[in-house]
Amino acid sequence: MKLKRGYFEDIRIFRNRASRFWTFLFILVLALLPFFIKAYYLSVINLMALNVIVALGLNVLVGNTGQISLGHAGFVAIGAYSGALLMQLGLPFVPALLLAALLTALIGAFLGIPSLRLEGPYLSIVTLGFGLAVMVIIGRMDVFGGRTGMSVPKLKLGWTGLPYDTALYYVFTITTVVLVIITIILLKSRIGRAFQAIRDSDIAASVIGINVSHYKTFSFAISAFYAGIAGCLWGLYLQFVTPGTFSFMMSIIFLATIVLGGLGSVTGSVLGAIVMTYLGLQLENIVGVPVLGDVIVAFSDSLMNTSGIANIKWVLTGLILIGVILFEPMGLNGLWLRVKRYWRLWPF
Amino acid sequence: MLTIENIETFYDKVKVLNGISFTVAEGKITAILGNNGAGKSTTLNTILGLIDDQPEKGTILYQGLPIEGRETHRIISLGIGYVPEGREVFEELTVKENLLVGAYQRRDKRAVKEDLERILTWFPALKDRIGQMAGKLSGGEQQMLAIGRALMNKPDLLILDEPSLGLSPRLVTEIFGIIKEINKQGITILLVEQNARMAFQVADEVYIMENGRFVRNGPAVELESDEDVREFYLGIKENESIKGYQRYKRKRTWR
Repeated sequence: MKLKRGYFEDIRIFRNRASRFWTFLFILVLALLPFFIKAYYLSVINLMALNVIVALGLNVLVGNTGQISLGHAGFVAIGAYSGALLMQLGLPFVPALLLAALLTALIGAFLGIPSLRLEGPYLSIVTLGFGLAVMVIIGRMDVFGGRTGMSVPKLKLGWTGLPYDTALYYVFTITTVVLVIITIILLKSRIGRAFQAIRDSDIAASVIGINVSHYKTFSFAISAFYAGIAGCLWGLYLQFVTPGTFSFMMSIIFLATIVLGGLGSVTGSVLGAIVMTYLGLQLENIVGVPVLGDVIVAFSDSLMNTSGIANIKWVLTGLILIGVILFEPMGLNGLWLRVKRYWRLWPF
Repeated sequence: MLTIENIETFYDKVKVLNGISFTVAEGKITAILGNNGAGKSTTLNTILGLIDDQPEKGTILYQGLPIEGRETHRIISLGIGYVPEGREVFEELTVKENLLVGAYQRRDKRAVKEDLERILTWFPALKDRIGQMAGKLSGGEQQMLAIGRALMNKPDLLILDEPSLGLSPRLVTEIFGIIKEINKQGITILLVEQNARMAFQVADEVYIMENGRFVRNGPAVELESDEDVREFYLGIKENESIKGYQRYKRKRTWR
């Protein structure tokens, strides 16, 4: 099922007036939201924004360039720690954020070098090793507080006249919206199309004259850049970072997010991250659901260890992922496209 | 136009190309013949820089310029078109889009449009399916598309890796007709083939490859009348052998 009539259509950012209208309406809602909802939901949205940023970057790498990374939590960790360190050293927020992201991108480019020789399972092992190694190395470094972690300075947002949570919400939301727009433009550009050519056939891409090694490394760097930004913001969100936060499980969840959302689509990254974050927060509450909760508790008590109830979250997440792959292989984006086809021009 | 001298290519420690040398003369069709695993595709991949860190030894000169060990996209930009084995078209792009991405390195948009029209006149089958997804085309049409895509970069030398692979005999004849037509437009051609009969029909110069080295070479007309070539590659036996004795004997004299 495709709505595309030609790739030239893709070069435009807005396909028609309806889409422009809805986009601006959505941004308006985002801007006014803090005045209508509770602080807890603001922090949920902040967490969603962080996941959206990582998902955007990872999707450029996995969905558009056809490479794989099981170590994205490592990039997020690098972003978080370097951002925190730079801010502790007294650097203002924006330069610290960009510097942290650039550093992550540089490391991403280095990790991209093996991708020139390795594919599929082998590349996943390399990236997996990278993610694990980053955690261990950071846990050993005293600058970063070792295994106890380090605190991240609060931003000076008093000048906005807003409560800190609200101001932070705006920082996160604006960054996310900007990155979404940058991703859309990037994927429509010559660079994005080179990525997709490499994904579809790297031999064909090289024989039509695309510099494959250059673009593969570049894709890793871009992906790491996003993860670095997300990491830096993650530090601000948690106010305290420990190596344990950026676990292997986190990398897996990132990958699951983009598969759930839909590989190779920006909408998919956004939807996937929102749904995945929500599930992650809500599935733990399933024990409280009247009948189902009791069944799950009984199941957990008889088959799992004492911490079993927390694991239920992952079991359910897994089941939902399997369901999505079975019934909607294009992910949430596929679902979205189908809904959109129905409402395409409404109400114009 | 293209001069290969003494190249050796290794896959890990296995020597696949055993010091081969040949030249592709400008304006001619040169064919490399050989069985499966003889090293034909490896030769092309070595020339195109598609194998990492290879060739281990030897030089490849394109119009006097050494190109061995260069990156593929740089080699392509020198004016070499390559049609990969198994075609490798972009299945989710339309025929037209596939042809246009072939002009990736070109900046002269108007000329690209003209070339698109010109190339389509060579492939009437593609013209009828211009808006279709390349993945929905038949094997022969995909082969034509891959050739067309390579031509979009205005190559002076077109390199084809087994254009007859997986095609019906009628289509093979058609594809080779087109190759000959392209050559008449002034584009030099180097192709690798298993289909000896077809290769001898179109080629000016033929190299026969076995186990990573050339065992015979010469003008197609000359080689075609060679008794060994006729027997082993074209399947024509002049005098019956007794229990394959002669075949064994003759094969041994090849190296």
